[in-house]
Amino acid sequence: MRLVSRPNGATWGAWAAIRPRVALYPMLGGLLVVALLLNVGMGAVQIAPDQVVAILLDRLGIHAGIDFTVQQENVLWSIRLPRVALAMIVGAGLAMSGAALQGIFRNPLADPGLIGVSSGAAVGAIALIILGTAPLGWASQPLAAFAGALAITLGVYVLSRNGGRTEVVTLVLTGVAMNAIAGSAIGLMNFVATDAQLRNIVFWTMGGLGGATWDVVLPVGLFSCLGMVGLWRHARALNLLVLGEREAYHLGVSTERVRLRVIAFATLVAGCAVAASGIVGFVGLVVPHLLRLIAGPDHRTLLPASALGGATLVLGADLVARTVVMPAELPLGIVTALAGGPYFLWLLRRTRAAQGGWA
Amino acid sequence: MATRMLVALTLIAAALTFTACGEEAASTGTATAPASASPSAVTASPTTREVSPVLPVTVDDRDGNSVTIRDVSRLVILNGDITEVVYALGLGEQVVGVDTSATYPPEARAKQSIGYQARLNAEGVLALTPTLVIGDEGAGPPEVIEQIRSTGVPVLILPDAVTIDDISTKITAVATALGVPGRGAELAAQTRREIDSATDLVRRATSKPTVSFLYLRGSATQMMGGKGTRADSLIEAAGGVDAGVRAGIDDYKPITPEALVTASPDVILVMDAGLESIGGVDGLLAIPGMAETPAGKARRVVHFDDQYLLGFGPRTGQLLIELVRALHPELAQTN
Repeated sequence: MRLVSRPNGATWGAWAAIRPRVALYPMLGGLLVVALLLNVGMGAVQIAPDQVVAILLDRLGIHAGIDFTVQQENVLWSIRLPRVALAMIVGAGLAMSGAALQGIFRNPLADPGLIGVSSGAAVGAIALIILGTAPLGWASQPLAAFAGALAITLGVYVLSRNGGRTEVVTLVLTGVAMNAIAGSAIGLMNFVATDAQLRNIVFWTMGGLGGATWDVVLPVGLFSCLGMVGLWRHARALNLLVLGEREAYHLGVSTERVRLRVIAFATLVAGCAVAASGIVGFVGLVVPHLLRLIAGPDHRTLLPASALGGATLVLGADLVARTVVMPAELPLGIVTALAGGPYFLWLLRRTRAAQGGWA
Repeated sequence: MATRMLVALTLIAAALTFTACGEEAASTGTATAPASASPSAVTASPTTREVSPVLPVTVDDRDGNSVTIRDVSRLVILNGDITEVVYALGLGEQVVGVDTSATYPPEARAKQSIGYQARLNAEGVLALTPTLVIGDEGAGPPEVIEQIRSTGVPVLILPDAVTIDDISTKITAVATALGVPGRGAELAAQTRREIDSATDLVRRATSKPTVSFLYLRGSATQMMGGKGTRADSLIEAAGGVDAGVRAGIDDYKPITPEALVTASPDVILVMDAGLESIGGVDGLLAIPGMAETPAGKARRVVHFDDQYLLGFGPRTGQLLIELVRALHPELAQTN
């Protein structure tokens, strides 16, 4: 399947043209704000909306005259806000890198998980736990995850490329194989790990956003934002690449360099997300597809819109994860897969009915 | 006064429970039960047993951070092992939250659950407005522990008990933190006496069976314990040889038929829930290689409740006595 409009018109681009595109950003922004407010306000510890405002103002030295307890202030500032920030970083990063990877591979199935970014990041992060060092301090974990993710993703890219393009089936199968290799590396590391290391690995693998502290959020946010800006700067080149490699080349795009850069940035962003939250599936797959339906295939819109949509989705999923079984919590990956899986199936059926399939 | 009575009664109940089975550890003050709320009964015990916690106390946690504890009226306990100690110290009334591994004593299960010890949620813990959060290294993730600490609630993470000698250290550490060092010294001494009586029993034993501890969770997770595990130190202390160590196993490793044959255990030691998860002794014998071992041929399977066996708490002395008797049937004849 192609992401560009076909002459016969029954495509996402044409479909989207009917809709007023101006409303896209206000709509996504509005949803994000709603999700943000719900997340900040809800949890095992009750904090009323006016108290939230009062606590935030108090930080700025303004006393609003609304009472709140020290416990509420601590919970909001040390637990809920970093968690909300991390949810947005992770969601935005996964969705944006998913959108970019789908563009670069010209393949709707490319997703950070499928092409090995997630398992590669896991290999890097777990190797760091096994080695028991943090040579670069707070930057160690994100960078180790990035290095692992880059190695696996480049492997998938190089191995599945043939004659300047990647076949859907080859890509999927290469991804499966590389994920299997990464999985066995993780299994091996689990096997040699000591009890204490194993505990840390298990904590990390189970993922979720429960561990969000400002110490985690700040470095991850920094690297993730760098990567997202990098991706956004390649939006135009991605649009041209989607036309086809040769066409893009003749339009002045240095295709090989763009591909490698986009892969590096997408990997950095997704690797950061995995380093901070473990493996959160389906966000990178579902959000870009949904937004392509609404906003069309132009990466200049699609990339930032995916970031907003991804942030909203992960905020929503995390809200469910931490409130349905209060005071315990569900793993976040369960919630995103539960929401994303059925949606993806529906999308598959619908596209099949509309245009006879994706292949 | 009412709460004092309650504390005293809980204490007595605990004392009764723990002296009931320990044969050589009697006379811990059960005779003074009706009067023990009065100071005279307190002086009757060898160490000073506090009527109520004496606070504040400042203690060092596992990482060497000093933690000051001013109030133990609302305790959230992160692990079942620590829960057992807190109840044995007579402070069960003060517990407001426990994790899902807290299975003993049974009344602990009625407390508000905070989820599983390895998958804690900071807000869930904080919503119970604890005055102290206490646990051991099994509690996590580490970031969540850090989050709770960052809100100003005292958090005390103690080292794991790995060897049998660590048990009295653990009891003492918990008791000191909760402002009841006297009760702790007494409980630790009593536990040690029970462990010693198990050791005495071992001296009279003539056999030295090879014992393999298996950690079973259905057919998916089947591990053999080896060097450096709690099970290893139990087997040692009970006068057995750890088959896992003989097979060269460090920590826990998946069971293989070859490892089983190499280990060649005379006795299999398992936890009740583990045995149940594979369908009892028959299921256990169906593990490849098991039928060829001496234990498999003789169907010698010893099993105990999970928390009783590996909890490494105040009941370990009693457990050891039972384990020694189970491993050395010749003791029954000489008695």
